[in-house]
Amino acid sequence: MLLQQVINGLTLGAVYTLIALSFSLVMGILGVLNLAIADLFMLGGYFGLTVVIGGHSVWLAIACAMVGAAILAFVVERVAYRPLRDAPVIMPLLSTIGFSIIFQNVALNLWGSDPLQLPDELFDERIAIGPASVGVMQVVVLAVAIILVAALAAIVQKTWLGRGLRAVAENWDVARLLGVPASRVVSAAFILSGLLSGAAGVLIGLHYSAITPFTGVDTGLKAIAVMVVGGVNRIWGVLIAGPLIGIIEVMSIVYGGSAARDMVVYGLMILVLLVRPQGLLGGTRTEGQRV
Amino acid sequence: MSSVGPLLTFAGVTKRFGGIVALNELSFAVRPGQIVGLIGPNGAGKTTVFNLATGAYPVNAGDILFEGRSITDAPPHRIVRSGMARTFQNIRLFRSMTVWEHVMVAQPTKGSGLRHVLPSSWGDPAARERAERALSVLDLGGVRDRIAATLPYGLQRKVEIARALSAEPRLLLLDEPVAGMTHGEATDLRDTLLRLCAGGLTIFMIEHDMPFVMKLCDYLYVLDFGSLIAEGTPDAVRRNPVVLEVYLGKEAHA
Amino acid sequence: MSTYVAGLLADVGIGLLGGLSVYIILATGQLSLGNAAFMAVGAYLCAALTVLLNLPLTAALVIAAAATGVMGIVVGFPALRLRGIYLAMATLGFGEMTRSFFLNFGFTGGANGFHGMQPVSTLYIWAWAAGVLVLVTVLERSRLWLELRAVNDDEVASGLVGLNATAIKVGAFGFGAAVAGLGGGLFAHHRLYIEPADFGFEKSVEMVLMVILGGSTVAPGALIGSALLTILPEALRVLVDWRFTGFGALLILVLLFRRQGILDRHLWRRLAGRRGAAP
Repeated sequence: MLLQQVINGLTLGAVYTLIALSFSLVMGILGVLNLAIADLFMLGGYFGLTVVIGGHSVWLAIACAMVGAAILAFVVERVAYRPLRDAPVIMPLLSTIGFSIIFQNVALNLWGSDPLQLPDELFDERIAIGPASVGVMQVVVLAVAIILVAALAAIVQKTWLGRGLRAVAENWDVARLLGVPASRVVSAAFILSGLLSGAAGVLIGLHYSAITPFTGVDTGLKAIAVMVVGGVNRIWGVLIAGPLIGIIEVMSIVYGGSAARDMVVYGLMILVLLVRPQGLLGGTRTEGQRV
Repeated sequence: MSSVGPLLTFAGVTKRFGGIVALNELSFAVRPGQIVGLIGPNGAGKTTVFNLATGAYPVNAGDILFEGRSITDAPPHRIVRSGMARTFQNIRLFRSMTVWEHVMVAQPTKGSGLRHVLPSSWGDPAARERAERALSVLDLGGVRDRIAATLPYGLQRKVEIARALSAEPRLLLLDEPVAGMTHGEATDLRDTLLRLCAGGLTIFMIEHDMPFVMKLCDYLYVLDFGSLIAEGTPDAVRRNPVVLEVYLGKEAHA
Repeated sequence: MSTYVAGLLADVGIGLLGGLSVYIILATGQLSLGNAAFMAVGAYLCAALTVLLNLPLTAALVIAAAATGVMGIVVGFPALRLRGIYLAMATLGFGEMTRSFFLNFGFTGGANGFHGMQPVSTLYIWAWAAGVLVLVTVLERSRLWLELRAVNDDEVASGLVGLNATAIKVGAFGFGAAVAGLGGGLFAHHRLYIEPADFGFEKSVEMVLMVILGGSTVAPGALIGSALLTILPEALRVLVDWRFTGFGALLILVLLFRRQGILDRHLWRRLAGRRGAAP
């Protein structure tokens, strides 16, 4: 039973990790909270689930969702972020909320407010592990999340784009002086975050076997909590914070009633913001960074 | 009363930023009724002295006294209310405010709290009178309704001084008041400061314009690498070989 | 006045209070994405006072506003440690926590909601809404409001010219929360039925939207914003399903081309001046 819950928590946590990574890519590099990601992720779920319900494979669904969300993320960058790059940080936050509102409204009108359900037979296959059992789809969720995180790590650590991202994160002007095409790097950061959130949308659909227009607020906002707990300026902190919060959430449903769930997660986020702004696992405290 | 004693006293004040010692057991005093200058090469720690005096940074060691009472680690607003106001080297005006609003906002609250929350134009003629006085001292009446941050540089410096004066200080700290001013503006400002001093205000200033400092100040402190290297009247400081070496040495490198 | 129009006007009045609550806190440079939480506390507390204790509505409203004001002050102190996006995230979390609290604790009805309130007239709602708007508009011309603006413009400098930025920021949080609590109390007695979903993230965003669209530098901007968000979708019934897309687009356009919102200080002074000059 406990093992079963841990596995459930891990799949949920894997999805949180992906969305949180997509938040923290933009936040960690540009110091901007792109709230549109919450609903970009929800739209990605709809794109993907539509493909699956249409009878195509999960892999095609994930690919479509990633491309769709990445295109929208690029639009968000061009319209809502770029013109406000030099404005107070609150301004791009609000303009991305504008997109968030639009995305949610579009989903509501195209797909209605009832959950879009995945066919049950998709979840019939299970693999037994001792006393617990794992759905094949749970394995898919975990595997995709791990592959994407590894791919992102490779991009950030090994490629020119990664070097550009890190240079821009350090200092915009210096990066430009060093010949980094800063605005193209920024677009790339948004697109990468779109790719991740699109995939995460499909995965959350597979986790809950359904998606609603409100998934963005319900799950997407919680990913912000994951990002904060992992450390806002430390992209990789979410690798531990994601599974941690996934498990905490599943456990608090089991032992505290679903009642306690959101309070525990958001309470932890506020606590971290106040007491350890560098994140639960952060090293030395960096004061006043990009505030 | 301690009015015959020094107005501002630094007693063995040390300030470190990380591993760097910005001020090293610094001790000095500013006496009432004088115009006192603080000079020294760039990076000597002059602005740090102001930032510690006004509570912008905490002190690592030592004590700072205003009129004989310790103000070490007091919050900035309480220090201002006890009678010390300042200007900023890198002008810090309120970006949304007119010149008039600057000389209103910094005034100490007097009388009932009600006056504080009612429109200034309805009552409180005393506050408006104080604001008018601050404007007229610096001859800013003509630009009172302009947004201060849109004024030319020299006028912005004067708005900063007017804002500080409207807090009704007994000690005014000026951080490079004539930087960016034309020669004419600087001369006008010197006359203004002399008048203020004659009216009982004590002035402590950081300034790089040596002729300005030499003509204006009653007493000078020279700071280098966080320590005092000389002090005295402008004439004495001008002839001090240590000071000469610091300044000439600098110029030789420049 | 038909019930339909009266209901619409009541919504504008309650929206105005919500917008003002954000506006007051934003005047010190603090963006709160959790003001629906204050509204929820005001709504539940006020409703409990009238329904369970049979208190007269006005007394219940005053108590509810005072209590949420105190709660705002309590929230305002930790908020001092955070700025900009970090404060926005923390208040967002606070809002979600509060919603979850009302969802899960039985004495407020949980997900089933809470009801039993007596209805109030639109006039009564507007007496409060207009009263608070006038109060804030008058306050805006006071020394106190200059201090709020100083803290917003440059917090460090405001301290160094003698202002107690801590008290000003915490006070603004308390005042804003009290106004939101008042709005919540009126909301409960206008809708006659409240549930936690009424006070979620979308509600907080809607309050912020009113201020940003209507005008974030003068209090009557919140009135424009509230009227816009309430009446426009009714006027464009054909497009009713797409109204939020319209608001989202409008929000982005305003931020790009008129950052201070529709009504700004300049426009307000001209309007107010003309009205003052009329006989």
